[in-house]
Amino acid sequence: MNYLVKIAGAAALAAAFAATAVSAQTVRMGTEGAYPPYNFINDDGQVDGFEKDVGDELCKRAGLDCVWVTNDWDSIIPNLVSGNYDTIIAGMSITDERDEVIDFTQEYFPPDPSAYVALAGASKDVMNGVVSAQTATIQAAYVASSGATVVEFATPEETVAAVRSGEADAVLADFAYLNPIVEASNGELMIVDQSVMIGGGVGMGIRESDGELKGKMNAAIDSMKADGTLTALIAKWFDGRVVNY
Amino acid sequence: MSCAETISGYALRSIGWGERLLPKTDFTLCDHAVLIGSGLIWNLYFAVFALGFGFFFAVLVAVARASDRPALRWPAQAFIFVIRGSPLFIQFFIAYETFVLIPKVAFDINLGFMEITAETRWLTKAWLGALIVLFLNTTAYTAQIFHGALLSVPKGDIEAADSIGMSPYRKFRRVIFPSMLRLAWASYTNEAIFLFHATTLVFFSSFPAWRQKGDALYYASYFADKTFNPFVPYPIIAVYFIIFTLILTAIFGLLNRRLNRHMRNVS
Amino acid sequence: MTNGKHQGFYFSFITVLSLLFVTVPFILALGFAGALARRAQFAPLRWFGLAYTSIVRGVPDIVFFLFALIAMDQGIEYIRHMVLCPEVTDPVRQGNDFIVCAKAKMPLSSAPEWAHKSYAFFQASVAFSVVFGAFAANTLYGALAAVPAAQLETGAAFGMTPRQTFRRIHLPQMWIYALPGLSNLWMIFIKATPLLFLLGIQDIVYWARELGGTKTGIFDYPHADWRLGYFLFLLVFYLFLTWISERIFTRITRRVSRGQATIGGAV
Repeated sequence: MNYLVKIAGAAALAAAFAATAVSAQTVRMGTEGAYPPYNFINDDGQVDGFEKDVGDELCKRAGLDCVWVTNDWDSIIPNLVSGNYDTIIAGMSITDERDEVIDFTQEYFPPDPSAYVALAGASKDVMNGVVSAQTATIQAAYVASSGATVVEFATPEETVAAVRSGEADAVLADFAYLNPIVEASNGELMIVDQSVMIGGGVGMGIRESDGELKGKMNAAIDSMKADGTLTALIAKWFDGRVVNY
Repeated sequence: MSCAETISGYALRSIGWGERLLPKTDFTLCDHAVLIGSGLIWNLYFAVFALGFGFFFAVLVAVARASDRPALRWPAQAFIFVIRGSPLFIQFFIAYETFVLIPKVAFDINLGFMEITAETRWLTKAWLGALIVLFLNTTAYTAQIFHGALLSVPKGDIEAADSIGMSPYRKFRRVIFPSMLRLAWASYTNEAIFLFHATTLVFFSSFPAWRQKGDALYYASYFADKTFNPFVPYPIIAVYFIIFTLILTAIFGLLNRRLNRHMRNVS
Repeated sequence: MTNGKHQGFYFSFITVLSLLFVTVPFILALGFAGALARRAQFAPLRWFGLAYTSIVRGVPDIVFFLFALIAMDQGIEYIRHMVLCPEVTDPVRQGNDFIVCAKAKMPLSSAPEWAHKSYAFFQASVAFSVVFGAFAANTLYGALAAVPAAQLETGAAFGMTPRQTFRRIHLPQMWIYALPGLSNLWMIFIKATPLLFLLGIQDIVYWARELGGTKTGIFDYPHADWRLGYFLFLLVFYLFLTWISERIFTRITRRVSRGQATIGGAV
């Protein structure tokens, strides 16, 4: 009995090795590591977050060996097309501009509204006052064309700090990013409006020439949507949010 | 949009004149060149004023640093040490955080012929806040260079000046100062270039850009972010900077020739 | 204070320090090469030296780092592609994509993470050497020219060959003029390290930002914005580094100015 278990175990192990040997394709997953809860560096110094869980699961289902790489947001697309990693999984909305340069898988996260956040007690007028946003984001462009005075900071952290210090009347950013900050602020901050739809759904960025990888990832996302794993992960990382996939 | 229209719409965009919105699609080479060039106004503004004020203060600080009196020497030394000892990146950050904390008040300054209202909130704006940081930065670096040069002034020159009975002030102006400048010039040229280049850090790291008015790097990264192609905007800004650095070097070279006009050509 | 993230923070100090030391010899070597090229009799070599120093000195280091690294990376991989897989006939550029065969990847995409990290480190070191080598070349060039002609004529009068004059008189005399500039360059180099994050290296500023930033509930230890504290700590670190460097430079200066007939030589 014992002997049989050992043999079975050894066989399974051998099979597992064979499987990895066949699919020993290493896929480098590029992320930013600075955008909780999508992706961030956890207290152990490792990449963590919603996209880490999704990415690992996708790789498992597609039979790929994945390693995680962090890259600065500004150069995240140039480094993908230049081949320094093979995917971008960094809370990136699918936009036409980006789609011209790279390909996207189907979305694994629905379009997330952007929200205006201001100091508690502010009126809706702040949306037409001085609004802070991160430099060169879709939100910055939105504020610029909305008629309000846009003030751009290099990092999302500073955009919120600007509201606290009174430099800006409000900040416009992804709802998923702002919500935990508002909740943790002990009533100092409040959400003025959380229904601004700017971006598209979030997908994984892949080189246009890499159709094979895109196919594998799309299939894996399908299977994660079908069996409810993805909905569970979204609920886990986004405060119990319910999404119908 | 033709290139001429782009120029009239965006050439002064960085200081708030022209089109309100930045171009969003179909970026031409002309768009790149015009907007990035427009941003260069900020870089030049920072460089000219920081270097201009910095030069004079640097001479004072260098002399104080070389002084026999501790009350002069110590503050100069501490100032140079702290500024030279920390990255501009961090100075910008700390300065901005401090400026934000200052209560926002306005006060009138009577200049005799007119009254202007100065506001402390200007400090959080790049045009003043970042300029102050850059000014302090270049003052410290330049003072250190001048101080080093001061120590390298040939002793014979000073003995000669003493022997003909020059007053200390005259001795400084006529003998030490020119020698010091001559010796420091190559390094000071380097410092001026560094400062000019450091102006790209203003919007990149610390001070916010208001109404999408920013420097050359701000617009270059705007394009890089929209086209995802770093090989167009960054070389353009590089070419702009090479040109202006060559101009800067040429000006400094002319001044150097003036400083060395009594010397035999040794190189 | 001892979790993985903090270890990353501590390790980044080692990374930054080792990068500084690894890069200095390359900077000096490139500096000498550039300075000597500019003094060369052979005109094309002189032009090359001038082109190198003026072009690289003309571009702000941030801008250089923003595109030169990707360009360098693609260049190396392109050469490897040509050499290692001549059988592949597909173009390397397909639309926006830059595709080389798997063998030509640098490092191989299956390589362990440390290989990627060390390669990034190596690239960062090369990028810094190229930039600061150009500035060092300028300083050394100026210093070589600043040595009084009489000194060199004395050498010739003693019957030394030009090479002997250069090695025995020109070079040793040059250091006193080069030192202030080189020490300044070193200080600037130290303080350029916050730009390492642009080169894909997680340096101390990266971690300070990361650790100091507001942490919401999904982290084990939520806290507010602590960046100012971390940055002040970095300030102290950099000041310490500068203090050490200054002491060393003072010693060297004293040594090379021994016997020089200048104000500083009167020790």
